[in-house]
Amino acid sequence: MGFELNGKSYETDEDGYLIDLTDWSEDVAAYLADTEEIPELGEKHWQIINFLRGYYEEYQIAPMIKILIKAIMKDMDLSKRDASKMLYELYPAGPAKQACKIAGLPKPTGCV
Amino acid sequence: MSKMLQPDELIKDIQETPSLMTGKAPAKDWMDTPAEFKPGNWAYSAKTKATDALGMPNSRDWSPADEDWKLPEDWKEIISNGFRERLDKFRSFKVFMDICVRCGACADKCHFFLGSGDPKNMPVLRAELLRSIYRNDYTIAGKLLKKFAGARPLTMDVVKEWFLYFFQCTECRRCYVFCPYGNETAEITMLARELLNLVGININWIMDPVANCNRTGNHLGIEPHTFKRVIETLCEDIKDITGVTINPPFNKKGAEILFITPSGDVFADPGVYTMMGYLMLFEHIGLDYTLSTYASEGGNFGLFTSNEIMKKLNGKMYHEAERLGVKWILGGECGHMWRVVNQYMDTMNGPADFLEEPVSPITGTKFENAKSTKMVHIMEFTADLIKHNKLKLDPSRNDHLNVTFHDSCNPARAMGLLDEPRYVINSVCNNFHEMPENTIREQTYCCGAGSGLNTEEIMDVRMRGALPRASALKYVEEKHDVNMLACVCAIDRATLLALTQYWTPDVEVAGVTEMVANALVMEGENEVRDMDLREEPYLGVEED
Repeated sequence: MGFELNGKSYETDEDGYLIDLTDWSEDVAAYLADTEEIPELGEKHWQIINFLRGYYEEYQIAPMIKILIKAIMKDMDLSKRDASKMLYELYPAGPAKQACKIAGLPKPTGCV
Repeated sequence: MSKMLQPDELIKDIQETPSLMTGKAPAKDWMDTPAEFKPGNWAYSAKTKATDALGMPNSRDWSPADEDWKLPEDWKEIISNGFRERLDKFRSFKVFMDICVRCGACADKCHFFLGSGDPKNMPVLRAELLRSIYRNDYTIAGKLLKKFAGARPLTMDVVKEWFLYFFQCTECRRCYVFCPYGNETAEITMLARELLNLVGININWIMDPVANCNRTGNHLGIEPHTFKRVIETLCEDIKDITGVTINPPFNKKGAEILFITPSGDVFADPGVYTMMGYLMLFEHIGLDYTLSTYASEGGNFGLFTSNEIMKKLNGKMYHEAERLGVKWILGGECGHMWRVVNQYMDTMNGPADFLEEPVSPITGTKFENAKSTKMVHIMEFTADLIKHNKLKLDPSRNDHLNVTFHDSCNPARAMGLLDEPRYVINSVCNNFHEMPENTIREQTYCCGAGSGLNTEEIMDVRMRGALPRASALKYVEEKHDVNMLACVCAIDRATLLALTQYWTPDVEVAGVTEMVANALVMEGENEVRDMDLREEPYLGVEED
């Protein structure tokens, strides 16, 4: 499985998650967003992607949704309800599925 | 990923295809009906990253959707030898191969059969997929009479059929409850998966957690610093919600008790609220315990792989208990961990003589049932605390919940944990309603995705298998306005959430200990406790 972008080929799993996390770039993110039917990554999309990547770099796993929502509350000065609403407006299929995939994070497995 | 049918479309499909409900039967004999692979009914194969890390045989890139499964040239010999070895090694396996009289008592007891109508999902026929080969190779009648004696030779089509149907069994053991001979279809599935593993046939949703657990001590691959940080984050939330400060101990040598729970509870919603519940409970009673960043997993996906891997992953809990010098182990709300601990640990890694027979330091109760395994279930522990009035509880704090309880297959059928969770729920909640009696306790219906099948690409199979449980749930939702499905298993907390979102969207899912913590009146808590652990306001509290 995989895709080609600007003359380079990228390997993905069956659901389109990057296999090699070092393959990620902003262009790859835009491509993956397109496959998720998010045509345009705006500033708020990027804030979330950047938070996910930063967290992953430090902890080698995606953050719990709770942590992600708290980060949005802080960064965007929102209430919990509004932060959660915004997250699902930006990534309608859910942060775990869409945002993590676009940010180049692997899919968690186990009792999840 | 395949497009999932809408609930009404799925119901229509079940009603129109051959099934128990329609009374229609397939036209051809089962042996002449090859396994049909279609999107949504098979799980992705294991990635080499996982199988290489574990040194599994025939690690390679392959897909069940391909014609060629890239098996070793002598695959038939490997499986045959593996079959013979296991018949010699496990007397139970030999008995299960011989003893079935095909009475059919199990046939309509399987959630996958009820949801799919596929005869190969009748437990009797699922076992027959293996028995037919056994008869062919190991019985005189089978050797002489072949098909007339229910025998058939091992072919690639048989292997593919095994893959499809032994990964369409959740090892829930409901069929076993009804079998007059005590045939264990779950163990038949376990051994079939072992045989498949010998030639490199396995699924990623099982092998990736196994490889992670082998490397980091938990299925999710959470490293020590992350584990610690996540728990600290949960403690910050507890402080925000209740005003109580908790500093849980990590890897503390000489603690009295080691607490182990599934790693899903330190990562996924709604399991994290159960984790917060444990932390609050232990603080409330002043328990001398420790968490471990190494034995950071209660679950054991080795159970779904092979005896050897199950043994290895189970071993880490006991090694860590020995290293830390604790007296005994307290286990969290996990499902299959208790099957491993209660039914296999003692002869696999036991006896754990370096630990002491568990005694509650708070009540003095001796847990006789855990004398040998040295591991006590959190529900037994909590029920005992409540019985001795050691918890200060205000059940009205759960008045916003109308609760029902899903008996998780393994605690219910593999350790008989039936009354303790109910006693605890009734002590911490005022509104509890049982689902119909043939769907609970020993007869509980599976969540539809246990035994490592909680992966998304087989959502069609999962939602079919979830239908019996969901129907019982819908019944109490309509009758009693049930809005909370409680359970004591981390796989359940993930899979029941998918079930409710699909079949009963207004019902939420929670671990029992989350509700215990909601009701706990903690020392030093805020004067007004106005919200539950999910930060939802309690009844009677006005929202801003």
